[in-house]
Formats: sequence, structure tokens, C-alpha cells
Amino acid sequence: MTAPSQIQDSAKVSGSFRSAVWPLVRSTPLLIRLCAVWIAVVLGIALLADLLAPYSYSQLDLLARLTPPVFWGGTPAHWLGTDELGRDVLSRLIFSVRISLLVGFISTLLSATVGVMMGFAAAHFRGWVEQVVLTLVDFQASMPFMITALAVLAFFGNTLPLFIALLGFYGWERSARIARGLTIAANEHGYAAAVYDLGASPWRVYFRHILPNIASTLIVSVTLTFPEVILLESGLSFLGLGVQPPMTSLGNMVGYGREYLQTAPWILLAPSVLIVATTFSVSMLGDWLRDRLDPTLN
Amino acid sequence: MTRFFVIRFLRGLLTLFLVLSFAFVILRSTGDPAMLIMSADAPPEALEAFRKGWGLDAPLWQQYLGYFKNLLQGNFGYSMRDKSPAMDLVLARIPATLTLALPALVIKLVIGISAGVFAALHRNTWIDRLLISMSIAGYTMPSFVLGLVLVLVFAVGLGWLPSGGDATWQHAILPIITLSLGGAAVLARFTRSAMLEVMGQPYIRTASAKGLVWRRVVLDHAMPNAAIPTLTVIGFMVGSLIAGAVVVESVFSWPGVGRLLVTSVANRDLAVVQSLLLLVATTMVCANLLVDALYGWMDPRVRSGQTGQGKTA
Repeated sequence: MTAPSQIQDSAKVSGSFRSAVWPLVRSTPLLIRLCAVWIAVVLGIALLADLLAPYSYSQLDLLARLTPPVFWGGTPAHWLGTDELGRDVLSRLIFSVRISLLVGFISTLLSATVGVMMGFAAAHFRGWVEQVVLTLVDFQASMPFMITALAVLAFFGNTLPLFIALLGFYGWERSARIARGLTIAANEHGYAAAVYDLGASPWRVYFRHILPNIASTLIVSVTLTFPEVILLESGLSFLGLGVQPPMTSLGNMVGYGREYLQTAPWILLAPSVLIVATTFSVSMLGDWLRDRLDPTLN
Repeated sequence: MTRFFVIRFLRGLLTLFLVLSFAFVILRSTGDPAMLIMSADAPPEALEAFRKGWGLDAPLWQQYLGYFKNLLQGNFGYSMRDKSPAMDLVLARIPATLTLALPALVIKLVIGISAGVFAALHRNTWIDRLLISMSIAGYTMPSFVLGLVLVLVFAVGLGWLPSGGDATWQHAILPIITLSLGGAAVLARFTRSAMLEVMGQPYIRTASAKGLVWRRVVLDHAMPNAAIPTLTVIGFMVGSLIAGAVVVESVFSWPGVGRLLVTSVANRDLAVVQSLLLLVATTMVCANLLVDALYGWMDPRVRSGQTGQGKTA
């Protein structure tokens, strides 16, 4: 709990942004810095997809089907080659990054919100509410999510909002456990009792006082959930049960590219590299953050 | 102790009940299986007869009660595709899945635990950092990417191993490797952090201060205590033996339970999906009960109920 306040203090003292940030960067391992840069690049790609993509992701070029990438003997017209319908792999990749990150972000946010609300409810009401929440947490944790998701998806049909909502149920039980545990502890601290005594409503206490205090642990848990959601999305899309064509996502590209594994492996290699690099970077960063921020580890 | 188990057992039953109700509500309340099986332009009388035949025309609550009654009588319904008992279809696939899952579990345990313990004992050295990075890489690499890369290298490139199917024992090698690596990585991370936590405890300091050989401190004092949190992860792995290979089986066209699930879900074969969910949930609940029993055996505090509060928290 002291780390963030120390950082704020040092920023105030030095006054200049550069001198405040530089020591932080310097003390960060090289691998973590590379991961952070990669995440920034991927975010940039997702935001600027329309500007960056040379073609539309669904534009066909039937005369140039299965063209290899430039370094594989292809032409600069399609840097990363084309797929079986002559669609530009680079353009599809760029839009896939956008869709996959979008699904990942919204679902993770949903999961964290649901989890925190459930955790707060359990800690506030205790009694049977807490028992219900704990039973749901147990239930969620005891079924492999992939199986539940598969059943729900195919039977509800598949639209993007529904898919995102479904993935939003992934990992909520972790946030709920953390929020509940830390809130019960916080309620016994002086500060929460003091704000109550001043006449604050429970909402105010939870969202203005307790939430900021437990945020660092929650953020770490969320950075660990996010790559898992991306993996889940790509796994389901790979099975053909996630993001549906003509829309494209990273897992979806790998799934369809699999048919051309022997003749045109570039179709699936590019998205595979992107998935692995991105989830690896976020996990490394999350792990490093946990080591630095999580007070329970020190 | 008995109370601890009774509560656990009841919770397990509750989980099964929730899974089944969940499956029922979701599978029955969405879409019309008659339309899907018989196509939308089938004659209305035929559709009606199909719904009657499968009991789909009764009100939902009647279907629900009938469903539980059938389950209790050991009747898990019939596959809508080929009319054979759904549970038989599922059970027929289990040997194929276990052929992959059991060797993979052994490999996971051996690699995961030894890598985790080794990394923890060499904390903050280059080997520790290497092992953590490898574990994170193994953990974040989706199994379909790993599987396809292995196929690309060993089947397409080198031609050493077949790329898919289940004709010979060589066909099982690539799927087993794919299945093991991810799990080993997860287990290594858990074992490492459990070991680190234990190594910081006063009793380890005491044990080494009283002059015990370091190897004995690690083997007799640290590892049994670190095993307790690690057991939970292993329990989850044992519980998901049957359904943990959905993606890998699809990559390697392996005719196991996972592929059956994917095809039944795509065909909306209600009875098969329900039987599968029930089977997965049952193995999961049994594995969790087993883990609880082991907890009690390994940790006297659980046995005497001293940490009962903490465990359920």
C-alpha cells in the first residue's frame, strides 16, 4: 500500500515528468519494457486499424489467391500474402487484432465489474447473501469454463454482443473472492468506520473509499484475466464457435488457415505469433506488477 | 472432520444440481431442435410428431421434472441424430480421451512440480527467471497454436510423425505433448509460489537452524507444506481429464470426448451435451472431494476443523 503514495510523492518533489518517470523505467527489467512496448504497438494497431490496413479485411482478389508473403517469394502488393480467397493477410490480421482486443477488453471489464459487485454484496450483507455468492463462486470455479461456454454458445446461436457477454463471465469469481476478502478486512479498518460515522452512505464508502484501497490487487488480478480471455476467445473462434465470418479474429484466422497448413502456412503463422506475443506480454507485465504491488506477497 | 465432509459432499451435490438445471434451461429454452434436426421446410405434421416423440411439446416445468426422474432411473436420453442412448455414445469415447489425458497428466506432474520446486530453491537466479519466463510462455501459448506448430515441424516438415487420426500409437505422441506442456507450465507456477511462501515461514528457519541437512529441510519440511495449495490445481487437472482436451482433440482429429462435444454442440444434440456436462461435472465434484480428503490427511489443522473457517473463505 505504500508503493503508490511513494511514487506520487517523488513526482511532486521532482516536478518534472521526465525525471519522475525515468528512474521507474530504468528500474524495470528489459523484458518487461519490451512487453510494455509491444502492448502499446498492439493497442495502436487496434485503434488505427482503418488507417493501417492496406485493404478491407473482406476484400477478395481471386486472381491472387494463396500468394506467399514478401520474404517467402511473394509480391509487395500483399506483404504477408493472401488466403484461399485472395484476401490480404496483413489487413485481416490488423482487423483481427482490433476484434480480439475489443472482445478481450469488454469481457474483462464485465467480469471485473460483476466480480467486484458480488464481492461487495457478500461482504456488506454477509449471511445468506454471502452464502449464495460463495456457492456461485464454487460453481463457477468447479466447471471448466470452456465446456460451459461451448454449451451456451452453440445453443444461443452466436452474435458478437452475446459472445462478449458470455466471456464476461470468465474469471468473475476471482475478482469476487478478492473483493470480498479485502472488503471484509477493510470494514474492520478505522477508515471505513470513520467514514460511516461521518454519515456516508454504503455506496459512498464502497466506491469512494474501499474500492481505491483494494484497486491495486484487483488490477493485478485483471491483468491476469485479460490474456486468459483472449486465449479463450481465440480457442472458441478456432473451433468455429466464436467470432463468426465474415468478421475475423485472431483465433478465427488460425482456425480457417489450418486447412492450408501444408500449402500456405503463412495464413495461420502470422495470427499465431500475434496471439502468443500479446498474451505473453500482458501476462509478464501482470506478473511483474503483482510482484511489485500486491501487498500480500511482501 | 465428518461435518467438514458432509458439508463438502452436499456442496458437491448442489454443484451437480446447478449444472444440470443450467444445462436443461439453456438447452431447452433456446431454439427448436425439431427445426434443426429435420430442417425448417419439413412438413408441419412431421415436426409436430418429432416434438411429441421427444417430449418437447410439454410445458417446460414438466420436461424439467421428467428429466430429473429419468436421470434418477439411469436414463440419460437418446441422441437425436442416431437414436442410440446418449450416455453410451459418451462412454464409448472415454478410452480414446484417457489414452491422451492420463500420460499427459503424468508428464504435467513430473515436469511441473520439479520445475516449480527447482525454480523456488534458486529464487532470483537466472535459472529461476528462465523457468518463470518459460512457464509464462507455455501458459500463454494456446494449445491449438502449439499443436499446429508441432504438426508443421514434425509431420509436415520432418515427416517423423502423423499429423492426425488415431490409427497407431505414434498418432498419440503429438497430442500428448501438446496437452502436457500447457498444464506443466501452470503447475510449475503454482508449485513455485507455494514453495516460496513456505520457505519464508519460521519453521523452515527453525529446521535449518537446528542443523538439519538442507535436503531434509526441503524434502521433509518445505515440500509437504507446499503440496497443500498445489493439490487444488492438481485436483482441477484430474477433474478435467475427460473434458480438458476439447481443442487438442480437434487439432489432431482425435476421436475422443472433446470432439464429440464440439460436434454435438454444433448439431444441437441435446441429450449428448447434457450427458457430457453431467459427466464432466461429476468427475470435477469427485476430484474436489478427493482433494478435500487429501487435505484432511495432509493437514492436521483441517482434520480437527481448526481452519474450517479459513478453508471455505
